[in-house]
Amino acid sequence: MSIKKVSKEQPDSFEFNEENLKIANDIVKNYPGGKQQSAVMSFLYLAQRQNNNWIPLMAMKYIAKLLNMPYIKVYEVATFYSMYNLSPVGKYFVQVCTTTPCMIRGAYKLVEACKEKISKNQNTLSKDGKCSWVEVECLGACVNAPMMQINEDYFEDLDKEKTSKIFDKMLNDENIEPGSYRGRVNSEPENNRKTLMDLKNASR
Amino acid sequence: MLQDKDRIFQNLYNDGDSGINGAVKRNDWSDTKDLISKGRDWIIDEIKLSELRGRGGAGFPTGLKWSFAPKEVGSRPHYLVINADESEPGTCKDRDILRFEPHKLIEGCLLASYAVNAHTCYIYIRGEYYFEGQRLQKAIDEAYEKNLIGKNACNSGWDLDIYIHYGAGAYICGEETALLESLEGKKGQPRLKPPFPALVGLYGCPTIINNVETIAVISTILRRGGKWFSSLGKAKNTGTKIFCISGNVNKPCNVEEEMGVPLKTLIEKHAGGVVGGWDNLKAVIPGGSSMPLLPKEICDTITMDFDSLVKEKSGLGTAGIVVINKDQDIIKCMARIARFYKHESCGQCTPCREGSGWMWRMLERMAKGEASKDEVNMLMDVTKQIEGHTICAFGEGSSWPVQGLIRHFKKEIEERNNFNPLVKKDRNIPYLVDQHLLDK
Repeated sequence: MSIKKVSKEQPDSFEFNEENLKIANDIVKNYPGGKQQSAVMSFLYLAQRQNNNWIPLMAMKYIAKLLNMPYIKVYEVATFYSMYNLSPVGKYFVQVCTTTPCMIRGAYKLVEACKEKISKNQNTLSKDGKCSWVEVECLGACVNAPMMQINEDYFEDLDKEKTSKIFDKMLNDENIEPGSYRGRVNSEPENNRKTLMDLKNASR
Repeated sequence: MLQDKDRIFQNLYNDGDSGINGAVKRNDWSDTKDLISKGRDWIIDEIKLSELRGRGGAGFPTGLKWSFAPKEVGSRPHYLVINADESEPGTCKDRDILRFEPHKLIEGCLLASYAVNAHTCYIYIRGEYYFEGQRLQKAIDEAYEKNLIGKNACNSGWDLDIYIHYGAGAYICGEETALLESLEGKKGQPRLKPPFPALVGLYGCPTIINNVETIAVISTILRRGGKWFSSLGKAKNTGTKIFCISGNVNKPCNVEEEMGVPLKTLIEKHAGGVVGGWDNLKAVIPGGSSMPLLPKEICDTITMDFDSLVKEKSGLGTAGIVVINKDQDIIKCMARIARFYKHESCGQCTPCREGSGWMWRMLERMAKGEASKDEVNMLMDVTKQIEGHTICAFGEGSSWPVQGLIRHFKKEIEERNNFNPLVKKDRNIPYLVDQHLLDK
């Protein structure tokens, strides 16, 4: 697994806010009695979302208490899975897929755009501290390659120019539209559809 | 070619409405109660008759898997777990099912849960598919509202609760026992088998784990009959399958086709052909990154089904077809895949944890032409040391693509890495490791 650095600067305390505590209580109910440990992954998500996209150590301790499990077990989970950020990543967290299907369609052009617009190295915050980027493994949208994920949104069918434009907008806090940037519909073959013809454009 | 009326996923491109109204229009939920009232033996027999093989990669017969679940519920409850942790490079079929056909999946969950005696179903979705998960949650809420699931689902007398569990970006959690570990709130490290999950699975209870696509086709099979399904495709490789065609093609796409469709047809017809023409084709990875690649000569004639691909020492896997043309450096492409496996190894078994890194570093050097002549055979040796020496199939998954590369493109690697190793002479003193000490 990837090496994950735990941030040196840690807040002194962490607690779920009221809204998240309510969600957390609902999540625990999804699992049979006594198996509340299953909720640890969802709890870490909640903590991450509440704390600007990263999980401080205090949050892990808090979750461990909440779920009545050893702190080390929470720490293990938080360090094992790659989607938990253990140090600040900024308000906009850009993940560029560079695995082979994306790579052969030019994913490293997107990486160039990241280097130019955000920061020279991955996992480093941009100058204004708003944004960081990272190369990740397959995000499961290979048909729409090359693609990237900003926070939870997928941006598909990109090239360097389009990516740069997205970053410009993003860094100005403008609204950016997720989805395909070549105007194609989902994962259908662009202008080459040979199946389900009678349904095509049925609702549009 | 498969006719449109025989395509199971009518809403694959979201032409209609993915919500409950659209689903009902597509005949989902129409007579679920009747199907359940025919009994679990009928359901399992019908699935066996259809010869449906699991769509998650291994191609295990689904009906057989279900029959492994204990017939009677003992002291421990049964669980159904749906594997939606789709992270095999080249594969993005489950995403579209979750987004656009969630009700097919939910109805399949109900039928499958009934068949294996489960009252609780967990759907494990990879964490990156947040919006897909939200879509599915919306569909689950709709189904609860209409009493299609929940207490006395569809008035069939069967209770079923469905919960979504998000993963957090670990490829290994697509392995069924690692998925269970993750579902229990632990690190996703695979368990030793046996005992198999069908007897000792989630929380130590009997658990049946199926891929999204497998479960999503269940309702259609039961409605139209196992005979109908087995009449499509080839013997032992029946039915339809969503193929994901990505890489150097003009129109990358997902498309549902019959099993056993020629690879060339898929690429030329549905995906608009290889960039630069068919003759510009270098190799194709036929089933997601862990399946060995096929060179052009084989691609000319190969058909896409489990058995034909196994004959060519590859496999259908998840049917994620990655097309690589001659503009790409094939060694570099495979080095990148090796890096993927190095990154995703869970670290539990030494051969895989260390070996995946070795393979990556050797391939990186080979791509640059920095390796010596005999390292090609050494690399093959490393892959053989990993394969079969690990708890889960990740060892095979990481070494097969490298083996495929060496099998078909050995000449190309050797041409690029054409110098002799630095140490030539072998002193043949087997017990002395530090042979340089002899030089005075």
